[in-house]
Amino acid sequence: MASILIKGGRVIDPANYIDGGRDLLIRDGIVGEVGENLSEDGADRVVDASGLIVVPGLIDLHVHFRQPGHEHKETIETGSRAAAMGGYTTVCAMPNTNPAVDNEVVVEYVKLMAARAGLCNVLPIGAATAGQKGERLSDIGSMARAGIVAVSEDGKSVAGSALLKTAMKYASQFGLPMFSHCEDADLAGSGQMNAGARAALLGLNGIPNDSEEVIVARDIILANATGCRLHVCHISTEGAVWQLRSAKSRQYAVTGEAAPHHFTLTDEDVPGDYDANFKMNPPLRSAADRAAVIRGLADGTIDCIATDHAPHHYDEKNVEFANAPNGVVGLETAFALAYTGLALTNALSPLTLIEKMSLNPARILGINRGALSRGLPADVSIFDTREEYAIDPALFASKARNTPFAGRRVRGRLKYTILGGKVVVDNGVIRD
Amino acid sequence: MPGATRLSGKDLLGLKNLTEDEIMLILRSAARMKARIDDTGKRSPELSGKSVVTLFYENSTRTKMSFMMAGKYLGASATDLGVATSSVNKGERLAETGINLDQMGVNMMIIRHQTTGAPHLLARNVRASVVNAGDGANEHPTQALLDLMTIYERLGGFDGLKVAILGDISHSRVARSNAFGLIRLGAKVTLAGPATLVSGSFRALGADVTTNILEAVEGSDVVMGLRIQLERDKAPNFPNLREYSSLFGVNARILKHAKKGALVMHPGPVNRGVELSADVIDGSQSVIYQQVKNGVAVRMALLKLLLSEEGD
Ligand SMILES: [Zn+2]
Repeated sequence: MASILIKGGRVIDPANYIDGGRDLLIRDGIVGEVGENLSEDGADRVVDASGLIVVPGLIDLHVHFRQPGHEHKETIETGSRAAAMGGYTTVCAMPNTNPAVDNEVVVEYVKLMAARAGLCNVLPIGAATAGQKGERLSDIGSMARAGIVAVSEDGKSVAGSALLKTAMKYASQFGLPMFSHCEDADLAGSGQMNAGARAALLGLNGIPNDSEEVIVARDIILANATGCRLHVCHISTEGAVWQLRSAKSRQYAVTGEAAPHHFTLTDEDVPGDYDANFKMNPPLRSAADRAAVIRGLADGTIDCIATDHAPHHYDEKNVEFANAPNGVVGLETAFALAYTGLALTNALSPLTLIEKMSLNPARILGINRGALSRGLPADVSIFDTREEYAIDPALFASKARNTPFAGRRVRGRLKYTILGGKVVVDNGVIRD
Repeated sequence: MPGATRLSGKDLLGLKNLTEDEIMLILRSAARMKARIDDTGKRSPELSGKSVVTLFYENSTRTKMSFMMAGKYLGASATDLGVATSSVNKGERLAETGINLDQMGVNMMIIRHQTTGAPHLLARNVRASVVNAGDGANEHPTQALLDLMTIYERLGGFDGLKVAILGDISHSRVARSNAFGLIRLGAKVTLAGPATLVSGSFRALGADVTTNILEAVEGSDVVMGLRIQLERDKAPNFPNLREYSSLFGVNARILKHAKKGALVMHPGPVNRGVELSADVIDGSQSVIYQQVKNGVAVRMALLKLLLSEEGD
């Protein structure tokens, strides 16, 4: 494999506390050297990164690639393309497919499809219960052997506390964390958006904060009781941030993630025409919740940013709000939204931002990535943060267009994605 | 009074986004239509050639009939798309149904649907005018307009009026449309019911919210009861009808706290002895059974305003 010299960029690498002008040499698919004024001699290719930022490839703990079973929404290949176009080199695929990822055969299938696409590392997550039915354990041990990186019932919570506790105990034996979608279905009821003034104005049933928070509390307690590592998915409420902060202050093995839509939008953004591209679960919350999520990111309570990339077909979203499926796509807008909404506003330093989008997810997974350290796989993303642009869903590489961010002006356009030393996005164009 | 002569949009989806001018335009036009209902000689075919279709995903014979009569009095062809027997029953999506009707040259689609926002979805997908005949827990604009018309006829205006709306506020599209319209026209609206059926969030509408029925009724010009149901979403919101009527129902004793001659209204169908006691329903202040004609008049006015090239 050839060598690539990325020259003149601003390297942001939280693992090595670097934020400054550096050159980066990639040799044989691994990080060779990071330094000033590296020589171009012997480099097979020189990428001029002047004016650009160079970061470790982004890592997303939470995507839905819909394959097998829902290929009209997304496939592992189109999802991988979206990931690459978002600067992501590693993503974790949630198991709520059809069939669900609940045995090693489906795990192997996901890995095979990802390898064929070859644009992104796709790490499978296994379901906690068979068919995500909440009745009995899935084949967690066999899936661990086949390479799942976590266990999750995402899309819902395991309703039965005893079953969840058993799943946690069993998963912890294999060193697997539990990724918890926290939602008490009973309390969420027939809610379709955040409970509050906006729901009252729109005449939609509300989803109260407590429906998320009681399950965050329960799962923290059970994880601590079983010794299972807990990762709280898509934290959206102030109370959930408190729960996590309190658990961390007691040294519990818990981590958490926030999604770009939750730190960017509030329920006030749900439009009066009931556009279902603003429907997701958890829903867009209040301004106070959004502020609490940003504070949680800033003070380290929330460890990382995950997209909850949830593609749906246009026809599925062009229905009554109540009948539309939950979720929005996120891979191709996450960095720009985070950079614009968190770094440019000084809520997070650029170093902390990259930590939340690459290093911390790697640490939660226990994988040796998310850093530009010599000897690591050369996963690198390069962004141009100088010029503002409007998000255009028509340009997405994903099969789906269901975003609430169409037309939103942001900064942080992807230029290059390098996966293990292979340039998969070259000057904004995907190469396959 | 000068003001609007046209509605600003192609659709009537709710009262939330109507201006005071637009609401008054509809009410004035409805008053003229009302005079024509009884006088068969004055019924004119001004909307002849226009086609109106009703799509009722939820049954309401009364509302549907009212729309169809309004269409016929103005010479439009009114057809009911028997939703229960048509392809929509076989899982056809609402957008698709609308696009098909659009292709057939339908000028207006009148929709009642069990989910909030369904008329808005339809309106986005079609060229025809869409009229909301009730969507989920959101709005029922024509019911509110006929209520407003009744209040206007009886009390002569809205400015400074005190209106108490009582009962299941959370699930009531009638309460919401009335609140939007009344507040826009300068009335003061108090929403009252058990805490499980009226949340503080409703202050966002600009209304006062209380769980004390007496406090809501005190000094009011209009007392409006809403139909309540023991079970919603499979969960009871109060223990039983007996307890409801004793704590939250309006009887003659409570009505005495309203202004002398205050109007008693109810969108129907009324549970006698629950929301309102029988003597209140049948009493001299009740206008409950006199609102039906206004329903046809209001719907005629809307059809004319949305479909006629001249406006009003
Ligand atoms: Zn989830």
